Amino acid sequence: MFSDVIIIGAGVSGAAIARELSRYKLKVLLLEKEAEPAFGVSKSNSGIIHAGTQNPPSSLKGWLCVEGNRLLREELAADLGLHFVQCGQLVVIFDLADLAELEKIKKEGEELGVQGLELVDRAWLDRHEPNLGPEVKAALYAPTAGIISPYRFVYALVENAVRNGVQLKTSRKVAAIRRTEKGEFEVVAGGEVCRARFLVNAAGLFADEISAMAGAPSFTITPRKGEEYLLDRKREHLANHLIFPLPSKTSKGILIIKTSDGNPMIGPTAHDTCDKSDLSTTDEGLAEVLAGARRMMPTISPGDIIAYFAGLRPAAGKDFIIRHEDSVPGLVNVAGIQSPGLTAAPAIAVMVADILKGRGLRLEPKEQFHRLRPRPVHLFQVPLAETRQLIEKNPAYGDIVCRCELVSAQEVRDAVKRGASTLDGVKFRTRAQSGRCHGGFCTTRIMKIMQEELGFPVTAITKRGPGSELIKDERK
Amino acid sequence: MAAALAARRAGVKDVLLLERDQHLGGVLNQCIHPGFGLHHFKQELTGPEYADRFVRLVQEDRGIEVSLRSFAVRLTGTRELSYLRPGALEEVKARAVILATGCRERTREMITIPGSRPAGVYPAGLAQKMVNMEGWIPGRQAVIVGSGDIGLIMARRLALEGVAVKAVIEIQNVSRGLVRNVVQCLEDFGIPLYFRHRVSRIHGRDRVEKVSVVQVDEELRDIPGSGFEIGCDTVLVSVGLIPENELLEMAGAEMDGRTNTPVAKEVNLTSLPGVFACGNAFKVYDLADWVTRDSELAGRTAAAYLAGAAL
Ligand SMILES: Cc1cc2nc3c(=O)[nH]c(=O)nc-3n(C[C@H](O)[C@H](O)[C@H](O)COP(=O)(O)OP(=O)(O)OC[C@H]3O[C@@H](n4cnc5c(N)ncnc54)[C@H](O)[C@@H]3O)c2cc1C
Repeated sequence: MFSDVIIIGAGVSGAAIARELSRYKLKVLLLEKEAEPAFGVSKSNSGIIHAGTQNPPSSLKGWLCVEGNRLLREELAADLGLHFVQCGQLVVIFDLADLAELEKIKKEGEELGVQGLELVDRAWLDRHEPNLGPEVKAALYAPTAGIISPYRFVYALVENAVRNGVQLKTSRKVAAIRRTEKGEFEVVAGGEVCRARFLVNAAGLFADEISAMAGAPSFTITPRKGEEYLLDRKREHLANHLIFPLPSKTSKGILIIKTSDGNPMIGPTAHDTCDKSDLSTTDEGLAEVLAGARRMMPTISPGDIIAYFAGLRPAAGKDFIIRHEDSVPGLVNVAGIQSPGLTAAPAIAVMVADILKGRGLRLEPKEQFHRLRPRPVHLFQVPLAETRQLIEKNPAYGDIVCRCELVSAQEVRDAVKRGASTLDGVKFRTRAQSGRCHGGFCTTRIMKIMQEELGFPVTAITKRGPGSELIKDERK
Repeated sequence: MAAALAARRAGVKDVLLLERDQHLGGVLNQCIHPGFGLHHFKQELTGPEYADRFVRLVQEDRGIEVSLRSFAVRLTGTRELSYLRPGALEEVKARAVILATGCRERTREMITIPGSRPAGVYPAGLAQKMVNMEGWIPGRQAVIVGSGDIGLIMARRLALEGVAVKAVIEIQNVSRGLVRNVVQCLEDFGIPLYFRHRVSRIHGRDRVEKVSVVQVDEELRDIPGSGFEIGCDTVLVSVGLIPENELLEMAGAEMDGRTNTPVAKEVNLTSLPGVFACGNAFKVYDLADWVTRDSELAGRTAAAYLAGAAL
């Protein structure tokens, strides 16, 4: 099989690149090792669309973040039917002596083109963020920051890319990369050989291994773990903005995060690890996150926590690595995409298309590019009056499967039709199983719907792909 | 069902009984073990048999309208109720409302067991539903965290299905469940019960591979050097129940945040006039017989409230 471009990795970077390239008359193949897209770094993060502050003005990630934020706000959110909420962010200080630091962040942000930055005092904070603790003295307000569901963002990008002709192949782990005499790439993935003129490496934590496989061992990825703790939806109105402390050298600190699903979140920690599969949470991480968050909002209590997870930032030094590897003509690396990679993805995609063009890939626009993707229905996002209309049109919207998060049988079915093939895939798309009972009530029902839609036996249903089967045997 | 029937007997004309599931009986349907009805019916029944006695009475009663697959989404302090069912969003205003919404299980997340999040970790009640309702056997070697009744019952249930139940791990020094369950479900099956131990980590990337267990002292602090590991592919979590009272909370009733139950002067009452709660939603009971007894009282109390309000 021959493509113009093979993209390795269907995280937010690969998905955004695929969608960007799908505007042009090209054959594009997107290869993913997991059972579904967005199961890598892109599933476990804070979901923040950063304004672009707290980045050095000369950095690549700084300007890509500001541009990604703009593209998302002004185009993608509407085009792809994303639930983006522009709630704004506050960087708070506990000591007025740190005002100079805030001034510096403001100045650097403005150099990068971040709009609307403003220093606010305690009186402003009392009016707009009443749950802040007494230690908070002042803050920098950035109105362009917002929140999004990270996996639903990836699913939207992938769906739209596929709609526009990109071929997606999951459970295809790239195991070897060869060069033919004509200078084409031969990629061996999941037992299949795929060929292409250009190779885009967006393999997240494994980008160093892929680059080395292709002949450019030019960097290493060091995972930096971040533990996050989700609070009960009852605390939805805890904060009105995203709340940050002053950043440290390695991270933006412990934040209070609004999420587009409603549950607030606290975290993430930032600790280097050497294990790319270590997604465990720890007692120390919990203590660190609680202490950090409670300093800003003392009413947060351990009893508010309903779930937790850890993610790994794929760091390769301080900045992103987005470049053509001259030693391997045709290879473009998109690596070291740590925070704010989720935000920057749309801008990264444009940059990659540009690099490819510079290397001779013809970007001829398609006659018809389907820019829009219909927004999937989520009952939890619509008012009751609209729910009524939906149910009247389709009775299955009134058949509630997940009681904690209000998800109907129809939404679960839609998710499977849109590509979910695992329980986690259904969870990420619909929220079913993500509430306070953690699937205690709805898991069997979801599994039965999956059986019906996908037509495979219950013993083949997995949490997140082969090896994670839920049921070992069926009683005869 | 007990509250509906009792309200009818006490003179209430018109009762609407809403149930989310496709059949009446709730969690009793998955409790296929015996031990129900010893007090109420002076007879030992299984959960489904116990439920069925009430289902028949409810179905015979023309004054009770049953609406299945009906999910209440909104309740106000003035007893306006909205519910979804396949094909419709219904809105009713009731003169009295009884919430008999039961419990959900406390989860792994609420006791924060560190480690990875592989498949194979289930709330014990979910495993019960899988085995008893669907005939799905979740694993081959299981460890049970917490000695709640559902966990104990499931230890026996899995053992009967040929699953190797390696241990029950309890952090306290007594069982959370009934003594008879400890004897009948563990001792009779030779399943070890470790008191004053906790699961300190769950291992496995895709599916559970093993758990780390450590002994704790009186103050529940880990005792250094006491750790060991147990290989297993399944972990059931049975660490208690929490009343499901999100509707009551939405309606503005005063709640006890620690137990998630209504603040009330007497059994079955809430701070809202004409709104009552009964069964496991009011407080966690250990026997269904006591749930029936108090729920019948709730039906009569609601009837008395309506009679008083009519005066
Ligand atoms: C705790 C935490 C919080 C964060 N918060 C934010 C935030 O709030 N805002 C923000 O903007 N950014 C945030 N980030 C950063 C953001 O999550 C990442 O920058 C982004 O998700 C990276 O996406 P990616 O597509 O490059 O990588 P990934 O999502 O990891 O995608 C790479 C894909 O490649 C696949 N792959 C790997 N090897 C192979 C192979 N051999 N063959 C085939 N496929 C392969 C993987 O399975 C994976 O799906 C956060 C990160 C962490 C860890």
